[in-house]
Amino acid sequence: MTKRHGDRPMTELIGGAWVWRMSVSVVLGLVALACALPLVWLVLAPTKSDAEITGRHPLSFGSLGGYLAAWRNLTTFNDGVIYQWIGNSVLYTGGAVLLSVTTSLLAGYALAATKIAGRRVILLSTLLAMIVPPAALVLPLFLEVNAVQLTGTAWSVILPAGLYPFGVYLAFIYFSTLLPREVLEAARIDGCSEAALFARVALPLGKPLIALLTFFAFIGNWSNYFLPFVMLGDDETFNLPVGLGVLISGSPALNPALGGSDLPIHRPEAAITGVLTVVPVALVFLFAQRHLVRGLLDGAVKN
Amino acid sequence: MTSGRLFGWLCVAPYLILLVVFGIGPILYALYESLSDPRAYLNATADFRFLPAVGNVSLFMALYLPVMVIGVLLLALFVQDQRPLYGTTLRLVYMLPGAVTGSASVLLWYVMLQPALSPFAPLLSGMGLRTGNDVLKPSHLVVIFALMAFATGFGQWVVIMYGALQGVPQEVLEASRMDGCTWWQTALRIKLPLISKYVVYMVILAFTAGLQIFIEPQLLYGVAFTGSKSWSLNQLGLLFAFDNGDFAAAAALCLMLLAVCAVAACFLVFKAKFFETEVDR
Repeated sequence: MTKRHGDRPMTELIGGAWVWRMSVSVVLGLVALACALPLVWLVLAPTKSDAEITGRHPLSFGSLGGYLAAWRNLTTFNDGVIYQWIGNSVLYTGGAVLLSVTTSLLAGYALAATKIAGRRVILLSTLLAMIVPPAALVLPLFLEVNAVQLTGTAWSVILPAGLYPFGVYLAFIYFSTLLPREVLEAARIDGCSEAALFARVALPLGKPLIALLTFFAFIGNWSNYFLPFVMLGDDETFNLPVGLGVLISGSPALNPALGGSDLPIHRPEAAITGVLTVVPVALVFLFAQRHLVRGLLDGAVKN
Repeated sequence: MTSGRLFGWLCVAPYLILLVVFGIGPILYALYESLSDPRAYLNATADFRFLPAVGNVSLFMALYLPVMVIGVLLLALFVQDQRPLYGTTLRLVYMLPGAVTGSASVLLWYVMLQPALSPFAPLLSGMGLRTGNDVLKPSHLVVIFALMAFATGFGQWVVIMYGALQGVPQEVLEASRMDGCTWWQTALRIKLPLISKYVVYMVILAFTAGLQIFIEPQLLYGVAFTGSKSWSLNQLGLLFAFDNGDFAAAAALCLMLLAVCAVAACFLVFKAKFFETEVDR
């Protein structure tokens, strides 16, 4: 502190001001602790048996064998439907990320680099679509998809998730900042075709952007609950979050009153599904933090 | 049409198709569906569960919005005063709860709110809450959902507000210190007015997201039988569609919610001119 505030008289840092600063730092630390504790609990829970989870300290460590035992129990649930859920999560997320990143990259580039008619209208609708939360559209989407009898299919989850206005906006900002009109004009005068301009100039420049778009699309789709919950009816088609929802509300995992006590699905089994759902996202969060921060600032709220 | 324009259109086309089919299409279809029954809007609003759901969501918003806005701004201002390494760590950890969404968040919250299981048990018992039923009383649900929504979203906003605050010019802060401004005066009269655009952005996004609350009450009801299947308006919409088979009323309710969101979005885009520079480039 003395380093940063070295130009202030020392007396200011002693007494009241010091106590105030320290308490603020401590309170901020406590908030951080409260943020981390649930995740720590989640990762530790499958190391313990169900009885140990209730009996021992919430943050105690059982044994690594606990993970294996819980996993074995989990695979007995509906003949190993958990493998289906993992496969579905990978399929839905992969499909949605591929579709949304490709379409938004292309659209953002075109809006920034070419002078197509209706550009302003497209940009404005993109902004509006960005602000309306996806949850608002889920039921109308269901009604629409139901009308063409596509509910229950992978398409009913992947195609709607391919609409990615936030990505279009990010790509638009990115390319309009990095590719000045003069540069584009110069390349065109030199006889560079539009497709070559995109492939040889824009794409190599756009690598960090593609990483950023993929990151956001991954986060949103891996943990997507509402859309698949509404679209999918058969438990073999569920993704991990919806499957976890079934585990915790349809089995005695959290609520022994639900009965069905012959199912070996208890808290460790639910927790391991939670780990599968949460940990990939948390890891991506941790590793992509720098890009994330810059992306949020440059993209969503650029001044 | 020049080759440039043709190429531009080809690039935009896939996105436009998705926008029309999955953005505008559902809205138009919901409109058509809601108009297929002349009493749809009446049926939706006159349903005995409608007003309680409006009450629940309003109470939730009344609690969540101020906590979110004041909490995020205070945390961002405080984090800005920390040493760089500590500040960076804090911002990172604050984002972690955002990684836990949907059913996983309900699982975790359920555990955190059970005094027998929770690492926060001492805190809960300190508040006189000794059993899971004490905590999950229906009257506590508004507080619990507000806490959940805050925990999920605040980290990302602290990061954004922090970034915005870093943009406040040093000379301005220097001048305010020369004038003898206290920490609070600098925060309230200098920093916050300079980042007011970001604050408006946060308020509107938090408002539109909060209005659509669905997963938390839905799953908590499924797990703990507290609250109801129609606690929030989005849940009620789902009930109309799946339990009553009344797609017209479901569509009507959704469109009413969507209209409120759309008005908020238009305010941000046209009135607050949040995105002006980009669009007019």
